[in-house]
Amino acid sequence: MNSRVFRLTLPILFGYLPLGMAFGVLFTTQLDYAWWAAPLMGVLIYAGAGQILAVSLLAASAGLLEVFIAMFVLNARHLFYGLSLLGQFRGAGWRKLYLIFGLTDETYSLLTSRSRSQDTMHELDVDFRITAFNQFYWVIGCTLGALLGRSVAFDSTGIEFALVALFIVLTIEQLKALGDAFPVWAGAAAAGVAMVLLPPAHQLIGAIAIVTAVLLLQYRNLRARTAAEESSRV
Amino acid sequence: MSDTAYLFAFIAVAAVATFATRIIPFLFFERHTEHPLVKHLGRYLPAAVMALLATVFLQRSADWSAPLPGFDAVFAGVLVVIIHLWRRNALLSIAAGTAAYMLIRQTGILESGLAG
Repeated sequence: MNSRVFRLTLPILFGYLPLGMAFGVLFTTQLDYAWWAAPLMGVLIYAGAGQILAVSLLAASAGLLEVFIAMFVLNARHLFYGLSLLGQFRGAGWRKLYLIFGLTDETYSLLTSRSRSQDTMHELDVDFRITAFNQFYWVIGCTLGALLGRSVAFDSTGIEFALVALFIVLTIEQLKALGDAFPVWAGAAAAGVAMVLLPPAHQLIGAIAIVTAVLLLQYRNLRARTAAEESSRV
Repeated sequence: MSDTAYLFAFIAVAAVATFATRIIPFLFFERHTEHPLVKHLGRYLPAAVMALLATVFLQRSADWSAPLPGFDAVFAGVLVVIIHLWRRNALLSIAAGTAAYMLIRQTGILESGLAG
């Protein structure tokens, strides 16, 4: 099973290793703290953009309330992710807290897109391993970056495109599984609107808020139509 | 507060704030899993989120000041779509798109091609 999980998470390895290293390099070159704090943050916080923001907050010796608010706002898009996984994580027992803790953009994408068998316990075990593998890649990246610092020599420029490619592939897979293109176009359009109207730091949460509002309207219209059909049938 | 104490307090606060964003939906909606609205969002939100993540990160990985603005990321992105529709092999599509993007970025093939 581990080799299947490794294959599923390979694109994330290509994304998390260089991005984790970027964070680690930033951490050691910008701050005076011991190198091991970088992997420790990868273990305990585990958020890509969040940890990079954390470097500038640490550099500014930001107040702890400010830290809480900044990290919460930056990661607020995760508030919407759990909605799709309420049923899926049911019955996960002790694994559930870790599954929730590890819900990054990329892990959420894999867990909601992959095909699942009827064997719920087995699939939850696969979900758990996917989450753990992904965090492992991230922590390795943070460690390497923090240890190597500026001496990172190999030219991996552009390898982080693997995550963009992963999101594209998963969009196609979602489209095929749903058989309905509406949410895909709505998501892309919401991203376009958010990118035009909002500064980069708020674009993701802005786009998710817009598309959630659109889906709520769609839900209301569907309900109204079903109700109208039922009453016309009577 | 000493430096080390501040660092530990910082990491603890940042960890709690991040975890809070991930667990809140489970705390507030757990009892409403069967509600049609929650089911509707649960069904359609992943596709919408995937499309918006792809759009935002594609735009961010593009070089908009190149001679052909955004061509690096758009070309690699279109390549991913074509190869994925053709073979439907996730790793192949991702590897091909990433390799194309890295090649364009590292060789500056676009600029030299236009200049030469």
